[in-house]
Amino acid sequence: MIWFLFPLVAVFAVLAYVVGRGLAQRRAAAASEGPTAHSRPEQHGYYALIWVAVPALAIALLAGVFSAPLAHNLLAAGAPEAVMELEPIRREAFFNDARLVGDGQRAFQTWPGALGQALATESERSARISQTLTWGGVAAAVLAAMMGGLFAWTQIRPALRARNRVEGWIGGLLFACSAVAILTTVGIVFSLLWDSLRFFQAVPVSDFLFGLQWSPQTAIRADQVGSSGAFGAVPLFAGTFLIMAIAMIVAAPVGLFSAIYLAEYASPLSRGIVKPVLEILAGVPTVVYGFFAALTVGPAFREFFNGIGALLVGGPMDGLGQYLLLVQNQMALVAGAVMGIMLIPFVSSLSDDIINAVPQSLRDGSYAMGATKSETVKRVLLPAALPGIAGALLLAMSRAIGETMIVAMAAGLAANLTLNPLDTVTTVTVQIVTLLTGDQEFNSPKTLAAFGLGLTLFLVTLMLNIVAQRIVQTYREQYD
Amino acid sequence: MTEASEPIAEAARDGRLKAGLKARYAREGRFRLYGILAVSVAIGFLLLLLGRIVEQGHTAFYANQVTLPVYMDPVRIDRAYPQGTNFQQMVAQQQLARMGIADDPQGSQATAYRSLLSSELKFRAADMIRNDPSLIGRTVEITAPVSDEADLYYKGEVTRETAADQRRVSDLQMAWLDTLKAEGAVSTTFNTLLFTNGDSTEPELAGVLGAVVGSALMLLVTAVIAIPLGVGAAVYLEEFSRKGRITDLIEVNINNLAAVPSIVYGLLGVALFINWAHLPRSSPLVGGLVLALMALPTIIIATRSALKAVPPSIREAALAMGASRTQTVFHHVLPLAMPGVMTGTIISMAHALGETAPLLLIGMVSFVPGIPGAITEPAGALPSLVYIWENASERAFHERTAAAILVLLTFMVVMNAAAILLRRRFERRW
Repeated sequence: MIWFLFPLVAVFAVLAYVVGRGLAQRRAAAASEGPTAHSRPEQHGYYALIWVAVPALAIALLAGVFSAPLAHNLLAAGAPEAVMELEPIRREAFFNDARLVGDGQRAFQTWPGALGQALATESERSARISQTLTWGGVAAAVLAAMMGGLFAWTQIRPALRARNRVEGWIGGLLFACSAVAILTTVGIVFSLLWDSLRFFQAVPVSDFLFGLQWSPQTAIRADQVGSSGAFGAVPLFAGTFLIMAIAMIVAAPVGLFSAIYLAEYASPLSRGIVKPVLEILAGVPTVVYGFFAALTVGPAFREFFNGIGALLVGGPMDGLGQYLLLVQNQMALVAGAVMGIMLIPFVSSLSDDIINAVPQSLRDGSYAMGATKSETVKRVLLPAALPGIAGALLLAMSRAIGETMIVAMAAGLAANLTLNPLDTVTTVTVQIVTLLTGDQEFNSPKTLAAFGLGLTLFLVTLMLNIVAQRIVQTYREQYD
Repeated sequence: MTEASEPIAEAARDGRLKAGLKARYAREGRFRLYGILAVSVAIGFLLLLLGRIVEQGHTAFYANQVTLPVYMDPVRIDRAYPQGTNFQQMVAQQQLARMGIADDPQGSQATAYRSLLSSELKFRAADMIRNDPSLIGRTVEITAPVSDEADLYYKGEVTRETAADQRRVSDLQMAWLDTLKAEGAVSTTFNTLLFTNGDSTEPELAGVLGAVVGSALMLLVTAVIAIPLGVGAAVYLEEFSRKGRITDLIEVNINNLAAVPSIVYGLLGVALFINWAHLPRSSPLVGGLVLALMALPTIIIATRSALKAVPPSIREAALAMGASRTQTVFHHVLPLAMPGVMTGTIISMAHALGETAPLLLIGMVSFVPGIPGAITEPAGALPSLVYIWENASERAFHERTAAAILVLLTFMVVMNAAAILLRRRFERRW
């Protein structure tokens, strides 16, 4: 691994600092008749440090990031006939095994005949390649550190504006830190787009967006009947929407009323109790909500509906009774309700901020006209805060759509196209998890479908977020 | 004016005004009640959630052990390879013989008895013999946990009334367990295995330590990457950047990244770190990288608000004394903002600790026995352990899932408490 370069570079950097500082002191002393030094010796030390560390780190980072893909390409370029004749998926698996054996680990699968022999030679080659790359990277990094150090050596003199140079580098470094945000977005978009495009080569976009059948399990073999029509995502969209709607029905009124209560009615004491409770609710990991939904809420709801069903069976609503008796633990209602609870603190804290941002003068005006508190809230505060609250609800919707653990644990896997909250539905996020967990070939349409779903999810939530943030922003400016 | 006040006066005369006022106050009361109801729903739900988890999980913190006399049969134990002996079967047969029960030729009774003992018995017996081979041929007392199903019976979670398809202990086995208990061979102790073992397929031996170590390694990677990057980015945006298109682009990006669903970060991790960079799947390294990207926006936002809270007078004073902008920030502003930065950072780390969805995609849900030793080894994490155990079919995993949640929540509470303490201790009002 190339990563041991980092401590090495750190040692070089400390050395450079000490040497650079000493050098600056000696050169300043030697030129004591001339003008005084522009920068302090420490700043010369930092100058030397930067010139040693930055080029070496850049090379180490490049080597760390690119050595694996490069090694893979080198391995593929010189592979024997027998391997190149394999279909792409098997070929990738072979290279992966060659890499594993080369690293001294065990292969995933046994390769028959000629491939077995090829694995032995290829794994040796893989080990050689990775060794060459590693030592090449180390040599390049050490060379870069030495060149940088040499350059700093020639530059350090009393007149050098070391402080300004160092500060320039620091500014650049800080800018690079914040550019990571852009890089992350670019990374997300590219990784989603790249694999989605491969997916959409196998499955047309229109089939994916408008197809009514979702059964990726049948598409493992290409020759299977119906394997092309199995990627219709409409049932997933419907399920996601249904659960999101249920969650919003719970979260919107409860969150909003909590916010109103906290902002307008609560005494400092009850505020001191309710606020931490909401913060704790917000901090509970979603996997805990999922556990609660699956093992407590689900069985309770099922028993409730089965009980009603038992009452109705044989009566005038016998059909409904029979249906209710068959209701399962995993229904949309359970996942939606628990997700709604999860969203309460989110809606409430956003709305709380927004209601508090309404100027006091509006409240005072309303009270002066003899309005009660609730009338003030309903007729003055809410209309004034409405855009902001709408934005908050949009953000909550985006959270509900992207939420994974609760639905994965409580909503089930059956892709039913239904709006019945007592049925089992599945969501986009659940399907992504199902498609990508477990060991499977990476290049099948089944796993690539996860990226198609991910891209859809990303675009929808992004749109919701942008609209919501725009609304909240313009609303804030209105009163600033 | 008179026309306007006339209807009011009329309304006051026939009592409509009073009735209207009463209705208005009633509405006021109802509205207030809705607010109280909404808040009570939140509080009630939190209590229910925590109550249920404690109720389901507290039983996992103790376990039943059985102490049995074991005759180390020289016929069955291979001196050179003691761990190859089927100690459970041996003990089961000895116990049956002691109770005077004749077994059928297939040994089905012994098999039934054996399933009440955990394989920990075998490990302990083999260890004893390896340490002291002279034990062979003697009778020693061995203490080991009972199997998960027997444990559930002792805890009263499985009884004779439990439907047959809901339990795996037969009435006969229950009678044996009752005999053991009546003989005083069974003791209830604190379940140390839960905290010293990694994951296992046998619930009575499964522990959270592997997942705790995995989570710790992962958070270490996250902290090392996300904190410097996040603080650096925040310092740039708050103190150095000039208003411009690039700065605006970065700000919009950060706000949007904070709202991207966590599972999308998981997809990024799969595509970028695993398939492209060939980093080891299921490793805390990849998990930490993904969580670092996720935590970055929150750290940036928290750091920026901490920097904003430092009054401009500090900056102006430093600049007036001849400090450069960089010196002002790094010698004065950042140290003063540090408590706020630490608080925000710890809270975002606690949040990252509970994050599950991206970990599912990068393979941290695979079964990993043992305890990871490096960031490149396969490992589990606490929240993904909760997910794995919740999906397990053994009933005994249910209480352990709740116990794992309690461990997870404890870590989060400790981290948040540390953040609050930091804020209390170092917060400065300007």
